[in-house]
Amino acid sequence: MAVKVVRRPELTFWEKLYLPQIYCGLKITFRHFFKNLFLHLAHRVGRLKGHRAGVTVQYPEELRPLMSRFRSRHRLTQRDDGSPRCVGCMLCETVCPAKCITIVPGEHPDPHVEKFPVRFDINLGVCVYCGYCVEVCPEDAIRMDTGILDVAAYSRDAMKLDIHELMDPKLRKPVERCDLDFPHKCEVHGGDMKGSWPAPETP
Amino acid sequence: MPRLTIDGREIEVPAGTTVIQAAEKLGIFIPRYCYHPGLSIAGNCRICLVEVEKFPKLQIACNMPVADGMVVHTKSENAEDGRRAVLEFLLANHPLDCPVCDQSGECDLQNFYMNFGLYDPRFREQKNKKKKAVELGPHVMLDQERCILCSRCVRFTDEITKTGEFGIFNRGDRAELGLYPGEVLDNPYATNVVDICPVGALTERDFRFKARVWYLSSAPTVCNGCSQGCNIDLHFLPDRPHLNDGARVVRVKPRYNAEVNEWWLCDEGRFGFGWVDRGRLGAVRGPKTNGAEATWETALAAISEAISGASDGARVGVIASTQLTCEELFLVREIFRKSLGARVTASVPERPGSSDDFLVKADKTPNTRGATLLGLMGSDDAEAIVNDALAGELDVLWIFEHDAIDLFGEEKARKLPEKLRLLVFSGTNESATADLAHWVLPTAAYVEKDGTFVNHHGRLQRVGPAFPPFGDSREDWRVLMDLARMLDLPLEWRGPREVFRALAEAEAPFGDLTYDKIGSDGVAIAPAEEAAAP
Repeated sequence: MAVKVVRRPELTFWEKLYLPQIYCGLKITFRHFFKNLFLHLAHRVGRLKGHRAGVTVQYPEELRPLMSRFRSRHRLTQRDDGSPRCVGCMLCETVCPAKCITIVPGEHPDPHVEKFPVRFDINLGVCVYCGYCVEVCPEDAIRMDTGILDVAAYSRDAMKLDIHELMDPKLRKPVERCDLDFPHKCEVHGGDMKGSWPAPETP
Repeated sequence: MPRLTIDGREIEVPAGTTVIQAAEKLGIFIPRYCYHPGLSIAGNCRICLVEVEKFPKLQIACNMPVADGMVVHTKSENAEDGRRAVLEFLLANHPLDCPVCDQSGECDLQNFYMNFGLYDPRFREQKNKKKKAVELGPHVMLDQERCILCSRCVRFTDEITKTGEFGIFNRGDRAELGLYPGEVLDNPYATNVVDICPVGALTERDFRFKARVWYLSSAPTVCNGCSQGCNIDLHFLPDRPHLNDGARVVRVKPRYNAEVNEWWLCDEGRFGFGWVDRGRLGAVRGPKTNGAEATWETALAAISEAISGASDGARVGVIASTQLTCEELFLVREIFRKSLGARVTASVPERPGSSDDFLVKADKTPNTRGATLLGLMGSDDAEAIVNDALAGELDVLWIFEHDAIDLFGEEKARKLPEKLRLLVFSGTNESATADLAHWVLPTAAYVEKDGTFVNHHGRLQRVGPAFPPFGDSREDWRVLMDLARMLDLPLEWRGPREVFRALAEAEAPFGDLTYDKIGSDGVAIAPAEEAAAP
């Protein structure tokens, strides 16, 4: 096997002198500093608007606008009566390359709807945000348009979303009150609807 | 015999054969909905249109008898156009339910549309509304909108079960499938209509929404519900424990075997798989000694010690089960009867169940005939062994599978553990006997191990493992061979395949068979047994 010898580049005499290199680096830093200082001041007094100055976004107080196609945290869309549009066909579970979607379908009281999700969990710790679930859904029941990017948690279990959080992106764990209007009762009210974590114990 | 040409290939078939059957012999598949080889010919779906030369119009292959010199084209543009038009009519009122339909993935409407349909639908009108989710009986659900009126189910109940529950009512696009007034679809073979339904009109209520069909894996095996030994495909979920309540087996479908069950399966066998996942023994249980955990090693050491400690081989008794495979029964016989001189039997007090003249047999165990061929039936009697055990003539008793309380009565069974030095129970599921035994060995279900059964008609059939044994359970053959090793008995076999070869050499009826020769359909090795007089 032919061996290719790669020589490490050695410092030239000019680089070994050290101080000229420090000067070069600081020159760049100061050029940006004074340029931005000048441009921001000019923008304040309404001049040179055509020249962009360096920008720092004050996240999380200030958010950058998201593209309309941006894939953020999932949500389940609702019918007019507040029930989930999801019919439990499990195509998203089938197509999911990360296998992060868990659906358990149940019999819907209306025979023309056939199924509904008794359980719908997404494990965000596993999700790869590919958006296939959105693309495959025949009912437009799942979307990735909540704009929520700050998915972070202290445990792996807390990364699992269940149907409550998916239906109402504002909800946070633990869910104690269920405002969702399903054709069936939520587990929080002693019904069938299951979450990915146990319902809070009622005294 | 007429000679005809189908798609450029010649074949000679007996007179009276239809074109669809002749094509099948050539391996040419002609689409069909209403045609089913087990039923009479209805010819109403029209999807099997083929072009026959010198005929002015396309002909239906299912009802077209062959004639000498006939030239048939199944894939010509004309034939495909005709079939495409038929499919468009069939789908005109068919709802777009596929995502929520249990049949999707194994639906012939989907398959044929993708194979040769692929047209742009031109039906812009309102589709007909009919009843959905109609419960026809304990196992079958009907969706009238999805029905394409092929009448397979009607003919099945008319011709096979002769119960005649189904009918097609009204005319034109208002025609709908239904039960006659007052009828309930609860005959013992009712769920076969789900298998023969080519679309999602008839679905299994027990399977409803349990899983999507593309999640399922399939393994060919033989039903253990009775001594008929119907060929089945076991459908199971290998990886999605959130579905089907965590159980692995989801459903059972009949597998065609012309000699045993043809296309059919009784509901008793079809829904009798619950025990494979529920109430299983998952760990070895033994007497509490020094707080040490009971393991297979400690259990087999203790059992082999007790067996070799018995003063006489005849003081060891084994009640084998006809739920065991031939290989396992052979091992039981070789180890216990031949080498140790123990008392071995598989005949237990008979408790016949329901039976009929079609598939259901009264003997509810799959391998009684195999045990007979191996000489384990009738030579001794389980009742006698238990009585002798109670009289103090036995030291060790090993019960396979059987529930002693059920067979010998509460009083006798409860005394057994006191009278014996060692009572071993090996079985798949929890039972009252398991609580009595000193050692409880969890063993694999028949769908978890390799082996053979001999059915009522003397047909040797292979069962294959679908998935690994539950929990810590082990296959009976593995347990027996490990025990033989502990007892210092020389057995040179490494698995059921080699045990079977030894068995075939030792027992004349098995001839020179091997697993490969048995194949998927089985081999008849003994004359069909006369129906046992009750």
